[in-house]
Amino acid sequence: MEFGPYLMLASLEGAVTAAVLALTAVGLSLVFGVMRVVNVAHGEFFMLGAVLAWWIAGLVGGNPAIGFALAIVFVPLLVGAVAVLVDVTILKRIDYDPERTIVATIGILYIIQQVTLMTYGPEARPVEAPFNTRLALPWFEFSDGRPQMYWPWGLSTTSYKLGVIGAAVAVLIGVWVLMARTKIGLVMRATQLDREMALAFGIPVEKVYALVFGLGAGLAALAAVLIVPIQQAHYLMGHDPLLLSFIVVIIGGLGSLPGTVLAAVLIGLSDGVISVFFSPTLAKILATLLVALVLVFRPQGLFGARRA
Amino acid sequence: MSISTKSLGLHLGLLAVLFVLQFVLPAYHHGNIARIMVLASYAIGFNILFGYTGLLSLGHALFFAAGMYGMGLVVNQFGLPPFSALLVGLLVGGLVALALGLLALRTEGVAFMIVTLMFAQAGYLTVLYFGEYTRGDEGFVIQQAERVMWGIDLSDPTNRYFAALVIFGVSLLVTLKLVQTPFGKVLIAIRENEERARMLGYDVFLHKLAAVVLSGVISAFAGASYGLLFGYVGASFASVQYSIFPLLWVLLGGAGTVLGPFVGTLFMFYLIDLSSGITSAYMLIAGVTLVALTLFAPQGFVGELRKRVWRWLP
Amino acid sequence: MSLLSTRGLSKHFAGLTAVNDVDFDLPEGQIRALIGPNGAGKTTFVSMLCGRVELSSGVVMFEGRDISVLPAHKRIGLGLAYTFQITSVFGNLSVAENVALAARRRVKGAMVAQVVTEALGKVGLADRMEQNAADLSYGHQRLLEIAMGLAQAPKLLILDEPTQGLADSEISDFKALIRDLANSTTILLIEHNMNVVMELADFITVLDFGQVLAEGTPQDIRANAAVQAAYLGTV
Repeated sequence: MEFGPYLMLASLEGAVTAAVLALTAVGLSLVFGVMRVVNVAHGEFFMLGAVLAWWIAGLVGGNPAIGFALAIVFVPLLVGAVAVLVDVTILKRIDYDPERTIVATIGILYIIQQVTLMTYGPEARPVEAPFNTRLALPWFEFSDGRPQMYWPWGLSTTSYKLGVIGAAVAVLIGVWVLMARTKIGLVMRATQLDREMALAFGIPVEKVYALVFGLGAGLAALAAVLIVPIQQAHYLMGHDPLLLSFIVVIIGGLGSLPGTVLAAVLIGLSDGVISVFFSPTLAKILATLLVALVLVFRPQGLFGARRA
Repeated sequence: MSISTKSLGLHLGLLAVLFVLQFVLPAYHHGNIARIMVLASYAIGFNILFGYTGLLSLGHALFFAAGMYGMGLVVNQFGLPPFSALLVGLLVGGLVALALGLLALRTEGVAFMIVTLMFAQAGYLTVLYFGEYTRGDEGFVIQQAERVMWGIDLSDPTNRYFAALVIFGVSLLVTLKLVQTPFGKVLIAIRENEERARMLGYDVFLHKLAAVVLSGVISAFAGASYGLLFGYVGASFASVQYSIFPLLWVLLGGAGTVLGPFVGTLFMFYLIDLSSGITSAYMLIAGVTLVALTLFAPQGFVGELRKRVWRWLP
Repeated sequence: MSLLSTRGLSKHFAGLTAVNDVDFDLPEGQIRALIGPNGAGKTTFVSMLCGRVELSSGVVMFEGRDISVLPAHKRIGLGLAYTFQITSVFGNLSVAENVALAARRRVKGAMVAQVVTEALGKVGLADRMEQNAADLSYGHQRLLEIAMGLAQAPKLLILDEPTQGLADSEISDFKALIRDLANSTTILLIEHNMNVVMELADFITVLDFGQVLAEGTPQDIRANAAVQAAYLGTV
C-alpha cells in the first residue's frame, strides 16, 4: 500500500482507539474532578465490562445483535453497581483521603483482576459484533493532471468500527448534557467546586460521590463493551486502558472534561499514526515520559489554564 | 537500660535469631528466608522514603531494577567481577534516584505518586525496548562461575543465606542509626509537618532529595544483590507489581518503624507462597491485604505494637 | 539602623490586594505589635517577611541586606524565627526533639541538650521532655512553639497570635516571658488581645485593608480616631 492510503487506514484505526479511550478517560476524569481521588482500579472496571459482555452474550445465544444489545444496556449498570458498592464499603470509610484511596484502589485492582482469573479464567474470548460489514474505502490519485478515484487493496474498515465511533460521540454528548444541562449535573459541579459549601447547602455529598464513582466505572465498562467485538476479553486487559487514561487525563488537565476528550482524540490518533513510524514500545516510553514531565512542569495539563 | 540499648539489643537479637535459623531450617524454608532477607532490604529502602520522610513513591521498582540491571548487564556484557558489578548497580541506582528526585520532588502528594509511577513505567518499557541486551520479559541468567565473590560461591545455599543476612543486617542497622541521627530526625520532622521544618530553617527540598537518593541506593543494593544471589535478571522485577510489593510489605509491617519492613515481607511472602499452592490467583491475597490494611490497620503490625505496648520502638 | 524594614511591599492574589505598598521599619530591641481588623493582611505581611509567601512587589531588608528573593529557610538562617498562628508542632516526636530540631540549626553536639533544657525550662515544660508533642494540651503546644523559637536564639522573633486560645493565667505567664525575652531579641507580635498589646508593645503598627493606617506608641494608638473607626467599623 502507498503512504497516503496507509496513513488514512492508521487514522481510522486511531479514531476507534480515540473513541474508546475518550469514554474510559472521561470516566476517570469525572471521578478525579468531582471526588478529588485517583481510581487506580479504573482499568479493572473496563476489563470487568468486557468479561461481563462476553458472559451476557453467551447467556442469550441466538442472533449476536440481541446479546450485544443486552450487554450494552446491562453491563454498564452492573459494573456501576459494583463501583457503588466499592465506594460505600471502602472509599467512604477512609473519608476519600487521596493517598489512602490510591492504596485501597490498588488493592481493589488486584481483587477484581484475580477474582476474574479464578472465575472467568486466563483465556481470551471474543464477542461477536452485532453487525460487521466490510467497507472498502476509496483513495484519490492525480494522473493526467486530474484527480482519479480508485480502491486500494487493503484500505477498508467495517461498519462496526464506524458504529463504535458514532456511539462514543453520542455517549460523550450525553455526558456533556448530563453535566451541563441537568439538575444532577449541577449538583455534581457544585460538589466539585466546594465540598463544604455543597454540604452546607444540603447537597447529599456522599450520595453524589457514590453516583459519580458508579458513573465513572460505568463509562469504562461501556467503552469495553464497545471494543470487545474488536479486541477479545481477557483478565489482564485493564492495564493499557488505565495507563492510557492516566496519560489522557493528565495531558488534558486533571478534572477537565473538554481537555480530556481533546487529549483522547490526540493520543488515540497519534497512537495509531506514531506506531506506523516507531515501535509501539518506544511510542509508549515517550508517552509515559511526556505525562511525567507534564505533571512536573505543567500540572494544569497542556490544555488547561493555570489556576490561581 | 536506656532506650537506644534496648532497641539495639532487639535488632541485634533478630539478626542473631536469623543466624541460628540457618542451621535448623529445612532446605525449602532456608531458601525462602534468604529471599525474604534481600526483599526486606528493598522494603527497608522504600520505608526510608515512605515511612520516615512521608513521600509515597509508586515507582520504586525503577531503583530495584536499576541496581539489578546495572549489576547484571556489566557482568553479562563486560564480564565484570561480582563485587565491582555490585558497585556499578549501586551507582546506577543512585544516579537514577538523583535524576528522578530532581524532577519528581517538584510535585507533591498524588502528583508525586503518579509521576513516580510513570517514570517507573517508562523504565520498565525501556528494559523491554532494549531486548537485545536485556532479553526482555524472558530475562537472563547469571552463570554460577560469575557469582563467585572473593572465592565464595554465592550460588551455594549456605553462602547465599549468610550473604543475604549480611545485606539485610547492613540495611537494618543503617536505618536504625539513620533514624537516630539529626538528619533522620529532620526527615521525620518533614513527614510530620513540612512547613514547620522549613520555618525552622531546614532546606526541605535538599533533605527530601537526599532521602530519595538514600532510599534509591538501598533499593538498588537489594536489587543488585537479588540478581547476584539468585542468578536471574528479568523485566518482571521492573514492573508495576514490584513497585506495589514494597508498599504492601511496609504497610503490613508498619511504616516508619525499623522492624516493620522485615515483618511485613516475611508475612506477605509466606501468605503468597502458601496461597500460590492452592490457586494461580495468588495476588488476590495482596489485594485483600491492601484493602484491609487501609481500612482497619493503617499502622501495620509493628506500628500497632508501638502504639499499644512498646512505645520506644524506633 | 533598622533591624528589619520594607519598602513598597505589596501582595496581590488573583486581582485581590492583600498587602498594599507597605513601608515598615523595626529598630533593634523593640517589641513591636502589629494589629488590625480580621483580613487586614497581617499574616500575609509577616509571611512575606519570612518567605512563606512570595511578594508581588517591593523590598524586604534585614540587617541592611536585601532578602526579598531569599527562600524561607535561608532567611531563618540569617536570624529570623516565626511561630505559626495555628499550633504547628511535630506531633509524633518528643517535646525535647521538637526543640532540638530548632536548636540544631545553631549549635551542635552536647550544646543541643543544654539549649533544649534551657528553652523548655523558660516556658515551664521541663518536666514533659519525653512526652509526644501531640499529647500536650493546646496551651502547652503553644508554649512548646515559643520554646522552639527561643532555641533558635533569633535576632527577630515573629509571633503570630501567640495568646490565641490561652487561659488568663497562661496569658500573664506569657507576658512575663516576652518581657524577659525582649532583653535579648527583637520581637514582632501579631496580636488580637488589646490588653497584651498595650502592656507589652513599645510601638504599634496598625494595618487596615493591607495598608498602614497608623503607627505610634500605645498611648498614640489608643487616642487615634482613625484606628477606633477601623475597629468599631468591623465589630
